[in-house]
Amino acid sequence: MRISTAGFVLVAAVFCGACASDEADGDTVEFPRAAGGQPDLSGVWQAINTAHWNLEPHVPGYPVLLDLGAQFAVPPGPGVVDGGEIPYLPEARAERDRRFANRLTEDPEGKCYLGGVPRSTYMPYPFQILQNEDDILIVYQFATGTRRLFVDGTDPAPLDSWMGWSNAHWEGDTLVVEVTGFNGQTWLDRAGNYASAGAKVTERYTPLGPDHLQYEATIEDASVYSRPWTIRMPLYRIVDEDFRLLEFKCEPFAEEKVYGHLRKPGTEFPEEVRSQ
Amino acid sequence: MKHSMTRLHRSSIAGAVACVLAAAATLPAAAQTSPTGPLTAWGDPDIAGVYALYTTAPLERPEQFGEREFLTDDEFAEIERRRLEPREFNFESDTEPGTAGDVHYNLDQFALGANEGVNSPNRRTSIVTMPANGRIPAALPQAAARREAATARTRGRQFDGPEFRSLTERCIVWSQTLPPLLPGGYNSNLQIFQSPGYVLIQGEMGDPRVIPTDGRALPENLLPQWNGTSVGHWEGDTLVVETAGFRPENAWRGSSDQLRVTERFTRVDEDTIEYAFTVVDPETWAEPWGGVFPITEMDSVLFEYACTEGNYGMANILSGERAREREAAAGQ
Repeated sequence: MRISTAGFVLVAAVFCGACASDEADGDTVEFPRAAGGQPDLSGVWQAINTAHWNLEPHVPGYPVLLDLGAQFAVPPGPGVVDGGEIPYLPEARAERDRRFANRLTEDPEGKCYLGGVPRSTYMPYPFQILQNEDDILIVYQFATGTRRLFVDGTDPAPLDSWMGWSNAHWEGDTLVVEVTGFNGQTWLDRAGNYASAGAKVTERYTPLGPDHLQYEATIEDASVYSRPWTIRMPLYRIVDEDFRLLEFKCEPFAEEKVYGHLRKPGTEFPEEVRSQ
Repeated sequence: MKHSMTRLHRSSIAGAVACVLAAAATLPAAAQTSPTGPLTAWGDPDIAGVYALYTTAPLERPEQFGEREFLTDDEFAEIERRRLEPREFNFESDTEPGTAGDVHYNLDQFALGANEGVNSPNRRTSIVTMPANGRIPAALPQAAARREAATARTRGRQFDGPEFRSLTERCIVWSQTLPPLLPGGYNSNLQIFQSPGYVLIQGEMGDPRVIPTDGRALPENLLPQWNGTSVGHWEGDTLVVETAGFRPENAWRGSSDQLRVTERFTRVDEDTIEYAFTVVDPETWAEPWGGVFPITEMDSVLFEYACTEGNYGMANILSGERAREREAAAGQ
């Protein structure tokens, strides 16, 4: 496990919480393993934190529209970035601030666009990992995104995409995924944090306990940051019996936002579709 | 599992495929038998790969064939000759620039034409094999009434806003990626991914179906979903998938939310999966109907489609109508 000093306190708190619950019933349950001996990451997982609001440490904040009130306000969070702050180049930090100011219209999440990597991992929706002896495939509930992870794959990204091109390999019990081939249109959170199309994201999935994974993502992008930087958070297994991802086709909910300005003058959103 | 990554497509031998297909779709479920084909490392039949969902047979049988299921050698040779004939497209058309008639939507120019890429030769006269005439049964009166009600809702408002456009234009569902799967006009590719206890099925333009194969039954009360809810089990070499719980707005071929679909995936040779389906919807058709066609494995991965993200069509449809309205108002 790779735990830097800066991230230790948060991770340790969660980790020990998990240990306590596992030990409480006297079990020494281990993380499931695949036939080849690697950890079997299969299952439904979800992050439980405020990284989707803002990767950096943040105090509570106003909702993007004041009329939305307290239930859509931004909850506080200690952040998930090693060292606390993303090492933006000055112009890139200004661009982040511009995106934050324009988040109501520019955040791709609001338009039901694919979340990208790593954002899809910590959006407030579950995702399912399918693993066989050769490859891994991840299905995200949000916008029904999918990623194929080519284990021991070395092909370069054949084209740019929203979810990138993922070549993976095992380092001991850690699945390391190198993701490139982005299109530069995804964001990292709702606070305007971003990477460019040239970013390389290196993810690490490491078992922490039978129902917990440590997730790390290191982001390298010399056009945006002064150095590579890393986020780190636990992922939690959804343990509900027979749990299945339900569809979240978000297109209908984004149509007024994206196309409302093209609606026939004098007409309004057809209220009857709300009941559909 | 990974054979598609390393192996070139081998042309299917049409006759062999036809022989295997002859017994499909209309037979009752096979008895529990041991699989005889290739297996995954954990012992399930191996049907994984990326497949081209194109076949040479039409969905419904041309009436000239009556109840004849297969083409003769000469008929098949002629169809193949026409299909593989290079086509030339005349870009120097005599249509007037800037008019609707001048718009070219030509798949051949993108190497997506019928004579390009992977296709599954099929000597059947139709995909539909049940009923025996190879044609989809007529819809019941209540189905026609549902369709008329849906049409009435949008009549005269088709260009008012995105909610009045088709589900496909809205990037919500594509009929060829729903169960049952059917060949579509383009991007008609399919990924099957297997892991212990699950099979994932995803059309290129559609949503992933993560199907548990542990033998669980479909729950009684399903939350309606655009793609329904699927469960699967293995019968010999065949994956059998049952799907129900569709949203009523789906109306696949006019169906209701009572639609139930049974699909059967069977590997019949190294490159070919036989896909058979049966649909039952007592609110739409008086009898079940179904069909069968081969799908052919490709040496490819499934690429990201990202429909919504690139849906310039919706903006252009609506803004085009707004422009037309402004012109009409200015002309009055």
